[in-house]
Amino acid sequence: MINDKSSQKIVDIIQNWARKQSIWVLAYGTGCGAIEIPPTMTSRYDAERLGVRGAATPRQADVLLITGYLTTKTLKRVIRVYEQMQDPKYVIGFGSCTINGGMYYDSYNTIKVLDKYLPVDVYINGCMPRPESVLSGFGKLQELISEGKANGAQEYKDNLEWYRANQKRIIPNWVMPDYNW
Amino acid sequence: MDSIWYKILGVVVSFILAFIVGMTYMGLSRKIIARVQNRKGPPFYQNFIDAMKLYSKSTAIHHGLMQHLGPAFIMVSSIMTLMIVPVLNDGKWFPNLNFDGDLIFLLYIMVFGPLGMALGAGQTGNPNSAIGVTRGLSQMVGFEIPWVMALVALMMQFKTTSIVDLMEVQAQSGTWLMFSSPFAFIAAVLAMLGMFRYSPFDIVGAPTELASGPVSENGGKYLFTLMSSGAVFAFAKLTLYVDLFMGGADNLIVLLLKTFAIYLIPMLYGVVSPRYRTEQAIRYFWGWPTFFGLLAILHAVFF
Repeated sequence: MINDKSSQKIVDIIQNWARKQSIWVLAYGTGCGAIEIPPTMTSRYDAERLGVRGAATPRQADVLLITGYLTTKTLKRVIRVYEQMQDPKYVIGFGSCTINGGMYYDSYNTIKVLDKYLPVDVYINGCMPRPESVLSGFGKLQELISEGKANGAQEYKDNLEWYRANQKRIIPNWVMPDYNW
Repeated sequence: MDSIWYKILGVVVSFILAFIVGMTYMGLSRKIIARVQNRKGPPFYQNFIDAMKLYSKSTAIHHGLMQHLGPAFIMVSSIMTLMIVPVLNDGKWFPNLNFDGDLIFLLYIMVFGPLGMALGAGQTGNPNSAIGVTRGLSQMVGFEIPWVMALVALMMQFKTTSIVDLMEVQAQSGTWLMFSSPFAFIAAVLAMLGMFRYSPFDIVGAPTELASGPVSENGGKYLFTLMSSGAVFAFAKLTLYVDLFMGGADNLIVLLLKTFAIYLIPMLYGVVSPRYRTEQAIRYFWGWPTFFGLLAILHAVFF
């Protein structure tokens, strides 16, 4: 009864509902987009009413919010942070820089397409995206979670070699612990 | 009715009650804090959703044995505190495990959980955890002194070390201990500000400063355990205050009203206060609260 498929479906619906209503965000705020997070969280736009809350550490977070460009130097830290997060986990690419490099399209020092290195579930377009679009991005993520389609973490595990090869192309001195998640 | 099964059932029922009430109070506090900040705020049941989500997360973190035992220690401490605090007057509905000297036992067992958590947090090797533990123990040194002074004053005044006897005293004299020994009440309430760890005494968790302190390596089911033990502990502490100083409660509605009234004190004080530094917090507790504790002891000895 416990492992039977129809009861698993009910459990999935309940769990996805809870995951959708309670999104704890780890904002990786080294890019310039981090400045849009405080207005999203505070009185004017109040993301907490949707259950979106800041998480302090990767262990407690559900969503890794990558705000803006990623330099080749910070990519390594982002990968470590992402791999320390616990399943189920999601990534939101925030701003144009995570999609195609944005205004840093010809920079030697930033990565252009985030999706090559980490599995992105939702992109929020704009430079900068305003808090309204950030909230709409969270709404999109909630939609995907409730439909059970936000499975970027599973993709990452399935295509780990491809992601690792891409990551190692950027990071020459690869000194990273192995995770057995 | 006095069989062991009845007592076990009572423990389970009071645990569930404490969990639900504590989680609801925490959710209400989030709502009230949001309203004070002119936000809409999450629904009052948001904490239950968070708990469900945390429980459904996978947890693949291993730092050693104590890391797994830390949340269990704090849960055990919460449940033991709950078990010796009488929920209602005359042991109605909830048969709790009281005995003579349970006030002294309570003083020990309330410290046991944080110490176990400190061991667990120490093994994770996270620097934020280590700093959080140091701060937590320093703060505990701060607020335990007025708290112990208040309880010792009560014990000396009424020549008893039992919570039930103190409730009996209030029932017989007809006045709450809040009025008959006011200095002990003031010292205990000021110590409670530190016990609840709301701002300005949130130096242990310290969001954005310490990355949630001792629990920073605990996610998923561990965080769920910590959250629910926090809820149970909050209910146990509030009920203890109501029992000691407000004459207990005859039924659940009175209990909820009285506990929520007490709960509003640290919460509303916290909403309007920024965070103290560690030494400021300790200086605060060793100032007026300890002075009122001394007054309470003098009051108990000479009157």
